[in-house]
Amino acid sequence: MTAAALPEPVAALERCVSRPLGLLLAAVVLVLAIVLSIAVGARSLAPGEVWQALWHPSGDRTSEIVHDLRLPRTALGIAVGAALGVAGALMQALTRNPLADPGLLGVNAGAAAAVVVAMATLGVTAPTEYVWFAFAGAATVSVLVYGLGATGSAGASPVRLALAGIAITAALQAFVSGMVVLQPQVFEQFRYWEVGAIGGRDWAIAGRMGAFVAAGLVLALALARPLNALALGDDASRALGVRPRRVQALGLVAVTVLSGAATAAAGPIAFVGLTIPHVARAIAGPDQRWVLPYCLVLAPVLLLVADVVGRVVDPPAEVQVAVVTAFIGAPFFIALVSRRRIAQL
Amino acid sequence: MTGDGAPAAAIRVVRGAGGRVALRLHVRSAVVVGGLLVVALALTVLAVGTGDYPLSSRDVVETLLGGGPAGADVVIETLRLPRATTALLVGGALGVAGAIFQSITRNPLGSPDIIGFTQGAAVGAVLQIAVLGGGTLAIAAGAVVGGLAVAAAVFVLALRTGSTQGYRLVLIGIGFSTLLASLTAFLLTRVTLESSQSARLWLIGSLNGRGWEHVVPVALALAVLLPAVGVLGRTLRQLELGDDAAAALGIAVDRARMWLVVVAVGLTAVATAATGPIAFVALAAPQLARRMTRATGPGLVPSAALGAVLLVLSDLLAQRSFPDTPLPVGIVTGVVGGLYLVWLLSREWRTRTR
Repeated sequence: MTAAALPEPVAALERCVSRPLGLLLAAVVLVLAIVLSIAVGARSLAPGEVWQALWHPSGDRTSEIVHDLRLPRTALGIAVGAALGVAGALMQALTRNPLADPGLLGVNAGAAAAVVVAMATLGVTAPTEYVWFAFAGAATVSVLVYGLGATGSAGASPVRLALAGIAITAALQAFVSGMVVLQPQVFEQFRYWEVGAIGGRDWAIAGRMGAFVAAGLVLALALARPLNALALGDDASRALGVRPRRVQALGLVAVTVLSGAATAAAGPIAFVGLTIPHVARAIAGPDQRWVLPYCLVLAPVLLLVADVVGRVVDPPAEVQVAVVTAFIGAPFFIALVSRRRIAQL
Repeated sequence: MTGDGAPAAAIRVVRGAGGRVALRLHVRSAVVVGGLLVVALALTVLAVGTGDYPLSSRDVVETLLGGGPAGADVVIETLRLPRATTALLVGGALGVAGAIFQSITRNPLGSPDIIGFTQGAAVGAVLQIAVLGGGTLAIAAGAVVGGLAVAAAVFVLALRTGSTQGYRLVLIGIGFSTLLASLTAFLLTRVTLESSQSARLWLIGSLNGRGWEHVVPVALALAVLLPAVGVLGRTLRQLELGDDAAAALGIAVDRARMWLVVVAVGLTAVATAATGPIAFVALAAPQLARRMTRATGPGLVPSAALGAVLLVLSDLLAQRSFPDTPLPVGIVTGVVGGLYLVWLLSREWRTRTR
């Protein structure tokens, strides 16, 4: 990574050799994180017990913990983490803004508004039911924000998307507050969704939203090459045969699907989509064909580790994963903002 | 977002005391402010007549002047008038604070939220309400302390890493706000439903139950802060010329900005302590005031007047829109303010080609 001291071609060659290796290493770390996530908790299990319970489910307490609690939680953590990380990388590539975050499109506010409406008007209480509303709300609001940002002939620039997101998010947050204040029984449910956690969700949610996440990831990875071209500017990318508007539209679809599914399943989780792409770019350089896979692997590591930390910090109660990622991510973000030259928003 | 340049004739010089005192006056601004004060008065009369015991405007005026139906004076004096007065004072304070923030950050979306004040106040208040179980005064104190602590942290961090100019301050504020929002949501899950509900209610911003015990501290604080604003007003205008030009005019730029931020945060702290954080007044009032007066410059007095009008109007709407359930005023300002911003942005973007 200290390529400044070496002449350019050597640095590039070093990178070429180390990138696949790095990805392999990251995958190994992910496996370790998965093991940790299954083993650690209010009742910690030894790796041997975990192995036994995984392959020979026997219906006793350990097996129950592993299969009904830890495995769905871990699976959801992987899906949500991968979704948020890749969505963040896409967002930063599309807006050419290193400080972009999927939440900028109003995904969190849209999901929250839809969940509150579902809880209040339809009496929906089970996560497996309101997850669809959340997803629909997130998608709708993303479309609205993009529609507002693209008003007029100039098209959707990063500044406009950010401003549109802020305006619509603010209105929706006030609406959510209003609903929650007027309907106390809704608030009882809602406050647990609002804090962003991967515990307490079963296989159904992990499976359904996981399918959406998978679709989004496929689209995102397919866009890696066009995004590289897009980074050179609109004119250069057209010269390379890439259509900027189409790539942007597809990219935003991917971001919406990924972050919508993640927020619908787990609630609003901040900072993952913001910080992981920076780490990925620091390791792999600006080539999106490497940044996206690195994000796909590293973001679940962050999420699972944060979840584990939340489990052990205050036993037997849990600190939800969104709080831990906020405490990790915020200092990172602030250090980032303080140190580098900020690209004008 | 500067208005079109006002022709020279729009500024009059008013002299007094035998020619020794001269005041530059932007005529349109003065007219607008006068009009807004009249509207504020009218809305106050309407607001005072609203509630469980409705009074006609005529009754209200008569009671204020010392007559009126029996029993009305008690209702007005103890319930309605302090509520309306709080709305006027808090609205004015928020309008001025917003104008100062927008001017020093040179960002039309500048508001006290950007330096994390609102979220800091939220955490402080939630801690008091839900964890420490304090009363009204403790909640207000907690909010102010929390907000000031976060604002100070953001400001110090931004200062140490560069200047307070531009987006670094905004971004550090956003970082802190997001972190604190997570913390607040977390705290709300850890306490009883009733505690978290009253915390949530406070966080929206409401004028319910605001009495003279709220008006007096706000008025006292404004009596201290508004003269400070008056003194700094000219410096603010000169800072708008740019750092280099202002420094050439003899202003200590960073120190002046620091004092302006202190005053603006002070105004916001007072407002938040009285009513909880009310969204969008600090953002919208200066923008609307600028469009109405078409003046250049920060327009502190028109912003204050319009802020007061907006808050009283929002309170009126909040109380009257659903007859059975009076809403907290923060919901109206949030929804209406957000939609207004959407409309504003779409209108501006539709006509621009860049």
